[in-house]
Amino acid sequence: MAVTRRLRVDPVACDAFGHCAELAPELIALDEWGYPVIDERPIPPELIGLAEAAVRICPRRALFVEETATAGGPRRGRSTPVRVLGRR
Amino acid sequence: MTTLDSPPVTQRLLATGGPEHAGLANHLAVHGTLPVPERRDRDFAPRLVAAIEQSGLTGRGGGGFPTGKKMALLAAQRRRPVIAVNTMEGEPASHKDEVLATSSPHLVLDGAELVARALGAVGIKVCVAHDRPATANALAFAIDERAAAGLLSVPTEVVTPPGRYVSGEESALVHWLDGGESTPTFRVEKPTILRVGGRPTLVDNAETMANIGLIGRYGPVWFREVGAPDAPGTTLLTVSGAVSRPGIYEIPLGTRVDRVLTGAGADSGIAAVLLGGYGGAWLGPQHFSSPLTPSAMATAGASIGAGVVVALATSSCGLAETARIAHWMAGESAGQCGPCVFGLPAIAEDLTLLAAGRSSHSVLERLCHRLDEVEGRGACGHPDGVVRIVRSALSVFADDLASHLRSGPCPGSRAHTVLALPGRDGGPWR
Repeated sequence: MAVTRRLRVDPVACDAFGHCAELAPELIALDEWGYPVIDERPIPPELIGLAEAAVRICPRRALFVEETATAGGPRRGRSTPVRVLGRR
Repeated sequence: MTTLDSPPVTQRLLATGGPEHAGLANHLAVHGTLPVPERRDRDFAPRLVAAIEQSGLTGRGGGGFPTGKKMALLAAQRRRPVIAVNTMEGEPASHKDEVLATSSPHLVLDGAELVARALGAVGIKVCVAHDRPATANALAFAIDERAAAGLLSVPTEVVTPPGRYVSGEESALVHWLDGGESTPTFRVEKPTILRVGGRPTLVDNAETMANIGLIGRYGPVWFREVGAPDAPGTTLLTVSGAVSRPGIYEIPLGTRVDRVLTGAGADSGIAAVLLGGYGGAWLGPQHFSSPLTPSAMATAGASIGAGVVVALATSSCGLAETARIAHWMAGESAGQCGPCVFGLPAIAEDLTLLAAGRSSHSVLERLCHRLDEVEGRGACGHPDGVVRIVRSALSVFADDLASHLRSGPCPGSRAHTVLALPGRDGGPWR
C-alpha cells in the first residue's frame, strides 16, 4: 500500500505569517497578500523533512501534512486519508 | 401539446396550491397521510435510503450532491443524528424555498419526519434565515399543526440563524447550531460528518426534504416519471430579470433554458442568463437550447445551483452587472480566509475597472491571475463561486470586454441593475 503525502493549509487558521514560504520555497509560495500558495502535488521524498519543518514552524499551526493510502483492487487510484500530521 | 409561451409547469412540490392552502387538512387531502414505519421497523432506514438512491434525487440547495448517498453516510453513524432542514436561502435572487415553505410547509416537514424516523434522529432543526420571517412563520405554524395532530415523532423546531450569504453553507449552519458563529469551518476532507453537540448532523435543503416527502409516499419509480433520465424529478426555479412574469416555476429537470425564459415572458433580446446564483455562471445564447440538467449545464460551464435564473437584456452590461455581484459577494465573505478577504475585493475592483472602460490589458491579465490564484483556497466554496461567475462573465461577454477595452464603457454599464443586491450593515454572525 503506497502512501502519498501532501502539504495542506487550514485557511481559517492561517494568518499570513509567511514563515512556511521562507523556510520551504520549494513547496510554498506566497500570494500578493502574503498567504501561502501550496504545491498540492505529492511531496517528493527528499522534501518530506522540509515539509515537516514548515509544519512545525507555523505559529498558527495552520499547516499540515496529509497522508493518503492508495489502495489496490477495485478502489485503485482512490485516496483515503489515513493520518494527518500537525493537526491539533 | 403546450404552446411555447405557456410556462412549462409541473405541479408536484407546489401541488397543494398557494399559501392560502398551506394548512395540514388540505395537505392531507392532496397527498394523503404520510406512510410512516412501525415503531421497531429496523429495515426502514435501508428501505428509505434505497428508495432515495433509486429516485436519483440530488440536493436542491446548490451543491447537487446525491441525497441518498449523503443519507447513507449518516445512517452508518453510531450515534443518533440531528436533522437540519436548510431553509436559509442566502441567495438574494432566490425565493423558491420561501415559496415552497409558505405554500407546502407540510411536504418539507414530511421529508424531515421520514428521515428522522429512518435514522432515529433526536430532533429536527428547521433553519430559516433571521431576515426571512414569512418563511419562519409558515414553518412554525405548520409544526404547531402537526404537534396538535400528534404527527411529530421527535422535537421539531424552527431556528433562525443570521441571514448572511454564507450562513446557509452547511458547515456554517452546523457551526451555528452547535453554538458557534454562522461561519464556515475548515474540513480536512469533504464530504465530512458535521456534528452538533457531538451528534452527526444531516443537512438537506428544504426542497430536497420536500422531494423526500414525495418519494416516501409515491416511490422512486413515480419520481422518475418526470424529468430527464439522468436528472429525474422537478426543480424550483426563481426567474427574474428581463422577463414580464418573474416568479417561482416548478419545472421538470431537462426543460430547455429557452422554454423557461419564454414561459416567464422573456422577449428575444436576452443577452445571457445568470444560472445558479451569485456564485453561479452566465450562460450565453448558444446554450439556451440546452436542457436544464446537471450534465448539460456542466458542459456549458454552469450549474443549476439553487435554481436562480436571471435574464439579462441586451441593453444591460453583463460586465457591470457581474462587477456589482462580485463587490456584493466580497462584502459577504465571513472574513476568515486570506484569499477570500483580500482576493474578492481585488477581483471585484479589477472587473469594475474593466466594466468602466478605464483599464487596459494589464488589468485583464492581473484579474485572470488573481482568479487562478484565489480558486480553491477558501474553507468553503464562497471564493470559488466568485471566481466562477467572473470567469464566465469574461467568456460570455468577451465581445463586450474587447469593446470596453477599445472604446470605453457601453451605455448599458450605467443602466439600472436587474440584480437583487440587499443592503448589508455587516450584520452579526451569531
